[in-house]
Amino acid sequence: MNRLAWRRWKSRTMVGLMIAAVVLAVTPLILILGTVIVKGAGSINLDFFLQTPAPAGETGGGVAHAIVGTLMIVGAACLFGLPIGIAAGIYCAEFSTTRLAFGARFVADVLNGTPSIVVGIFAWTLIVDVQKHFSGWAGSASLAMLMIPMVMRTTEEMIKLVPHSLREAALALGYPRWRTGLSVVIRTCLPGIVTGSLLAIARVAGETAPLLFTALGSQFMSRDLGQPMAALPLTVFTYATGPYDDWHRIAWATALVLILIVLMLSLLARLATRRRFDVKL
Amino acid sequence: MRIFPLMGAVAAGLVVTTAEIVGQANLNGAGATFPNPIYTKWFDGYAKRTGVKINYQSISSGGGIRQFTQGTVDFGASDGPMTDTQIAAVQGNVAHIPTVLGAVVLTYNLPGAGTAKLKLDGPTIVDIFLGKITKWNDSRLAALNPGIKLPASDLLVVRRSDGSGTTYVFVDYLAKVSAEWRSRVGVNTAVNWPVGLGGKGNEGVTQQVKQLEGSIGYVELVYALANKLSYASVINPAGKPVDPTLEAVTAAAASAKLPATTDFRVSITNAPGAQAYPIASFTWLLVKADNGDATKGKQLKDFLVWMVGAEAQKMAADLGYAPLPGDVSGLVTERIKALKVAGRVT
Amino acid sequence: MAGPESRRVDIAPVSAPLTGRNPGDLLFKSVLTLAAVAVPLLLGFLVYELYLGSELAIDRFGLAFVRTSTWDPVAEEFGAWPLIFGTLLSATIALAIAVPLSLGVAIYLTEFSPNWLRQPVSFVIELLAAIPSVVYGLWGIFVLIPFLRTTVFKFLHAKLGFLPIFSGPVYGNSMLAAGIILAIMVMPYIMSVSREVLLAVPASQREAALGLGATRWEAAWTAVVPYARSGIVGAVILGLGRALGETMAVTMLIGNRHEVAASLLAPGYTMAAVIANEFTEAASDIHYAALTYVALVLFGVTVIVNAGARLLIWRVSRGQVEGGRGV
Repeated sequence: MNRLAWRRWKSRTMVGLMIAAVVLAVTPLILILGTVIVKGAGSINLDFFLQTPAPAGETGGGVAHAIVGTLMIVGAACLFGLPIGIAAGIYCAEFSTTRLAFGARFVADVLNGTPSIVVGIFAWTLIVDVQKHFSGWAGSASLAMLMIPMVMRTTEEMIKLVPHSLREAALALGYPRWRTGLSVVIRTCLPGIVTGSLLAIARVAGETAPLLFTALGSQFMSRDLGQPMAALPLTVFTYATGPYDDWHRIAWATALVLILIVLMLSLLARLATRRRFDVKL
Repeated sequence: MRIFPLMGAVAAGLVVTTAEIVGQANLNGAGATFPNPIYTKWFDGYAKRTGVKINYQSISSGGGIRQFTQGTVDFGASDGPMTDTQIAAVQGNVAHIPTVLGAVVLTYNLPGAGTAKLKLDGPTIVDIFLGKITKWNDSRLAALNPGIKLPASDLLVVRRSDGSGTTYVFVDYLAKVSAEWRSRVGVNTAVNWPVGLGGKGNEGVTQQVKQLEGSIGYVELVYALANKLSYASVINPAGKPVDPTLEAVTAAAASAKLPATTDFRVSITNAPGAQAYPIASFTWLLVKADNGDATKGKQLKDFLVWMVGAEAQKMAADLGYAPLPGDVSGLVTERIKALKVAGRVT
Repeated sequence: MAGPESRRVDIAPVSAPLTGRNPGDLLFKSVLTLAAVAVPLLLGFLVYELYLGSELAIDRFGLAFVRTSTWDPVAEEFGAWPLIFGTLLSATIALAIAVPLSLGVAIYLTEFSPNWLRQPVSFVIELLAAIPSVVYGLWGIFVLIPFLRTTVFKFLHAKLGFLPIFSGPVYGNSMLAAGIILAIMVMPYIMSVSREVLLAVPASQREAALGLGATRWEAAWTAVVPYARSGIVGAVILGLGRALGETMAVTMLIGNRHEVAASLLAPGYTMAAVIANEFTEAASDIHYAALTYVALVLFGVTVIVNAGARLLIWRVSRGQVEGGRGV
């Protein structure tokens, strides 16, 4: 075949290969979601949400303790992680040419790339080893440390999108810097900041590694963050690696709940930003 | 953005309504996976009877010893006794309280063998775990099991990846039957395994064997029973192939002959009796000999008294653990009574 | 110089002076500064604690730690080479699978796909990034590994078992299995960053190539992709960084064996997995210190890799022209 025909054939083949790549790339998601739904949906009943686990080897029981645990641990993490992260992000956006801003940005990127298990060890040495017992607080601390750099970067990116004109108009009208910052800039990009926060929460809610030796896990319902506490990802891990078929069943169902929570938060986050762009300034 | 107050209300409602029994665990313990099924059953039952909640995390004996030494838990659990060095690290403030007896069994996944039970002896087991026997139809296995058709497939070894009391019991037995094992690998809760896939906890090893055709591993009997896995009978020093039944395990304990001043750190592997199963062991709760915390010390002591009583021991037997033999049980009760709480025996 | 497709808006520092006349301004700045200072402080503290915790091991083993292979808690000898090897190997396998796939998808989405396909496909692939690692592990244990063991691995072992990389018994839990699940996990990251850098390439590049008679593939491959080359490399290195630090899914699939094996079908170990498995059970102070030393090494490796990636991506997004290969 002549040169041109060969080149055209090559082009078509490469496109075909790329389409194959797309199919191959999309397949795992469908498989994973599909398996989790098929294997987990059957076990989702009222008992699953309201009961605590049965003794090892027996059937029945639920993950109420883990749901409460995740809510509390992640909630406490938000208490510390979100304010610090958002405030640091605002600093980097408002005073972006200072050395501190450059430094903080670099460090945040480093922290974002740090494996979560290393952060878990840090929380262990800082809190568990000092207090001499495992606790929900230690778990929350490690999750907060994961959240801060995430939230900081997304907040900064969002604030950067606010046009100068808005800021300058407020300043021209006599608003002091702090009022400009709070009432005008942040009010405008609040949906974006919320998006970033929700994404960080979603990420952190699914984290298992840092909780392995901070919150440790528990069989009982507890509302005391000062003691070991259960969490949904820990339940999935423990039950998946255990031998009992009933544990496996509960692991799938818990995985389904976990995925639903994470997906819901992510979708909410996207929704928040979408609405933002519809707002006429 | 009005959705957020709504979400907050829903979350708060969930937290409030799902807690019928509010309150944290009174006691926290961690350790051996070997007795995890009976411990969780006991703690669940005890909570229903007395309201005292005991949280137990099955993280392996090595973990139990470590956490107990560091003081991050109120009590530990282990099937490998603490060494003298480890006891020195807690200034001797530890009591080993035996709870039940268990058997370490060689569980395997060999569909072709059907319901026939594999027979193994000490040296053969050593060779399997040293990596010298790599195929199921090896001559040594065939010699011990003439009636079973052994396939030519790979023999896949599964062992523990974590610091384990079950490992301790198992390698303690191996070291007694093989000088090579003793010098090459040694006895400890975690050893430098020559071969094998690492499973985490008894749970992990059971899982692996269940999933992996052609595999063999060592687990506590109850795990094999609960998951309907086959396990081998082992030829004991008296030359008889013995099944790990409750009687065989109790027979192994009978050979222990504990003196009245015992601290219960005895090994009963490779026991001499004709009916004794060779890979049996006590499992212990590690508690402070003198507990500085008055409430927790009392609660723990009360639990231990219940634990050694007839009701709890029968629960263990129903599950597949051998209860403490009568004479041992008496000694244990004495030891429990002697536990100090805040400096005094109450 | 920003092109028409560039979406970054550079912020000019607002020059309203903080004269201190307004206490609100001072408070505003102080609170924010405190928060911003907390971030580097956190990192410093992290490194310090990691160093402190591993001091015992550093003193006893020194740099030989990364070279030696014995991990013997009984003899209290610890060597991390199998862990480092396992981490690198599993990440390499992951990239070998994920990079062609992700690049293929990214190039397709930016250059070839019909408009209506773009959003849904990138949404679906980004969803992969949202699935928690432990769920990947769960799926890996019960779906992926049984499947691989009875099909792909069995085939590889049967037909190609004479090659050292496919030799040895087929456990299922293996380096290859861990590599495959890692590939699925890093693919969304490589894909989305590649897509972004490809989108930043000016249309003029493609148009010029097409105008000179290139086929659509040639235009993409020789004009667009090389322009974004360092950004794509950055995306790949970012994926590498994620693969190196991934813990839960790998722990559940790799087989927990402290050994360097030639075979991809053999069980192995990674730095993150050993910490997850052994940390709560470190039986002695030196064991604990050795694990913290592993964490320190892991941290160091991921920092270097991620810093390198960021640098490369940053260079592209600032518009450094790499030049096409010529048409």
